[in-house]
Amino acid sequence: MKTLVWVEHDNKNLADATLAAVTAAGKLGEVHLLVAGANCRAVADEAAKIAGVGKVHLADDAAYENALAENVAPLIAELMADHDAFVAPATTTGKNVAPRVAALLDVMQISDILSVEGEKSFTRPIYAGNAIATVESSDAKLVITVRGTAFEKAATEGGSGAVEEVSGPTDAGLSSFVSEEIAESDRPELTSAKVIVSGGRALKDSETFEQVITPLADKLGAGIGASRAAVDAGYVPNDYQVGQTGKIVAPEVYIAIGISGAIQHLAGMKDSKTIIAINKDEDAPIFQVADIGLVADLFKAVPELTEKL
Amino acid sequence: MKILVPVKRVIDYNVKPRVKADGSGVDLANVKMSMNPFDEIAVEEAIRIKEAGKAEEIIAVSIGPAKAQETLRTALAMGADRAILVETDDEVEPLAVAKILKAVAEEEQPGLIMLGKQAIDDDSNQTGQMLAALMGRPQGTFANTVEVEGDSVTVKREVDGGLQTVKLTLPAIVTTDLRLNEPRYASLPNIMKAKKKPLDTKSPAHFGVDTAPRLTTTNVSEPPVRQAGEKVEDVDALVAKIKALGIA
Ligand SMILES: Cc1cc2nc3c(=O)[nH]c(=O)nc-3n(C[C@H](O)[C@H](O)[C@H](O)COP(=O)(O)OP(=O)(O)OC[C@H]3O[C@@H](n4cnc5c(N)ncnc54)[C@H](O)[C@@H]3O)c2cc1C
Ligand SMILES: Nc1ncnc2c1ncn2[C@@H]1O[C@H](COP(=O)(O)O)[C@@H](O)[C@H]1O
Repeated sequence: MKTLVWVEHDNKNLADATLAAVTAAGKLGEVHLLVAGANCRAVADEAAKIAGVGKVHLADDAAYENALAENVAPLIAELMADHDAFVAPATTTGKNVAPRVAALLDVMQISDILSVEGEKSFTRPIYAGNAIATVESSDAKLVITVRGTAFEKAATEGGSGAVEEVSGPTDAGLSSFVSEEIAESDRPELTSAKVIVSGGRALKDSETFEQVITPLADKLGAGIGASRAAVDAGYVPNDYQVGQTGKIVAPEVYIAIGISGAIQHLAGMKDSKTIIAINKDEDAPIFQVADIGLVADLFKAVPELTEKL
Repeated sequence: MKILVPVKRVIDYNVKPRVKADGSGVDLANVKMSMNPFDEIAVEEAIRIKEAGKAEEIIAVSIGPAKAQETLRTALAMGADRAILVETDDEVEPLAVAKILKAVAEEEQPGLIMLGKQAIDDDSNQTGQMLAALMGRPQGTFANTVEVEGDSVTVKREVDGGLQTVKLTLPAIVTTDLRLNEPRYASLPNIMKAKKKPLDTKSPAHFGVDTAPRLTTTNVSEPPVRQAGEKVEDVDALVAKIKALGIA
């Protein structure tokens, strides 16, 4: 089987999320990559070094600069004439583009796979991860998105893929990019952080969140996450949300502070290696999944913890 | 302009799903069902656009069993003007749902189709994007803000790194994220009024769509269960544990 993997990038650097998708694709067969963007040759060169990669297709065109689905999906659909499976990381870009490709190819997408069970058989979470379905496709071609936490990351060195320029349909004229508000931060990204400190509704407001959570995260070199309630209330931006409909994370250590543990939140973090919970309610559902729990008022316990570490 | 809002009847988000012992699926017998939460947000947004004088009519559509009428009545009670049930007892996959919605849209010619970003049962996150592809329309997925102006709609999208704004030419497809709005509750008088609003019933065959599934679910199982660990007495004990993990 020949696969085509979507390379996630910002036209300068390859994003980590690509690497798990490469591993998943490698279980299906030959791995080809697609770097679609504008002035993004450096990304293609970087991608060619990923271990196990065959060809890298480089589609360099202003129309692909912001990965607008309307523009890149037709390109991918064309390239799929020579490939058997399109594989994208389940990032917001992957989730935006892949279904559009699937519909153009008249196939059902298999979303957010956890494992490859056979040539056309996969497991995927349903019902917020409360059930795991094994599904088998009867379509001629596969379109798959990959849950990043479920696959090892492919090594970024060791490959020697050939970069080949391709072109495809240009601007579909349906949509245009206006602007972007991307937070710059020195903190580890949530999906690749080894330690995550996450805060919930109990943190009161954005100042309190900052005062209580940030020093602990700094001490541990951790990424910062949040529950939906904390995001909705404006304590932190939307991209902090962990859960069924936010980010899926699986760090070595996840510290949930003032988070009750609703199923939608658990869906995003219950594969963390060690879960630590601090909550004043000893019956909070978070304690049912926590390896280490502390029943305490977080406003006392967290500053004390930060100080003693 | 008309707005079409597809709404799905799903397990209520407060219910913890139970996997059937024989691995055939999730047990939905006697389980509370509700409108998919993202679809409530879509209905609300459509109503706000209409209230702002930028749309004339809101049509809710659901593909599902006869009981999905309840879901459509909820949409009508919130403020949709009429509803269409495409009735089937089969499970219809997102691709086929998108094909049916395309056929409905060809009859109704909406300027905007507003879907949820994800149904909380299958967690597919596909239907809107597929519909946009099938219709050759622009898509504004995971919307945080929606602004209709003249012949375009500006959508601020929730993306992994933050927010991205795109401008789409109408007619367009939008899928909702959690922070787009807070859906209203239907008032009692509006629930009564909704009973008299028109609700048409059609079949997938009427639209000539083949709903045969492309994916076969061969097994549904429980995820590995996490055992609760231990509770520590105080912060000092927690400090010791964290140090033992080697992260501090
Ligand atoms: C469609 C849909 C999708 C959703 N997606 C997500 C998602 O992706 N991610 C997500 O997180 N949620 C999601 N939710 C929301 C989810 O259902 C919960 O509402 C949310 O997770 C609750 O957040 P919380 O735990 O911070 O708040 P709460 O449930 O209010 O919990 C606050 C906790 O803080 C504790 N507390 C209060 N004061 C203190 C104190 N001084 N010291 C210590 N502890 C204290 C309380 O005991 C309580 O346990 C979704 C909901 C829906 C309907
Ligand atoms: N059977 C259905 N009837 C009506 N709308 C649906 C149906 N299935 C999916 N949708 C719409 O598509 C969105 C995304 O669903 P999904 O792609 O299944 O995650 C939902 O939020 C609904 O707006």
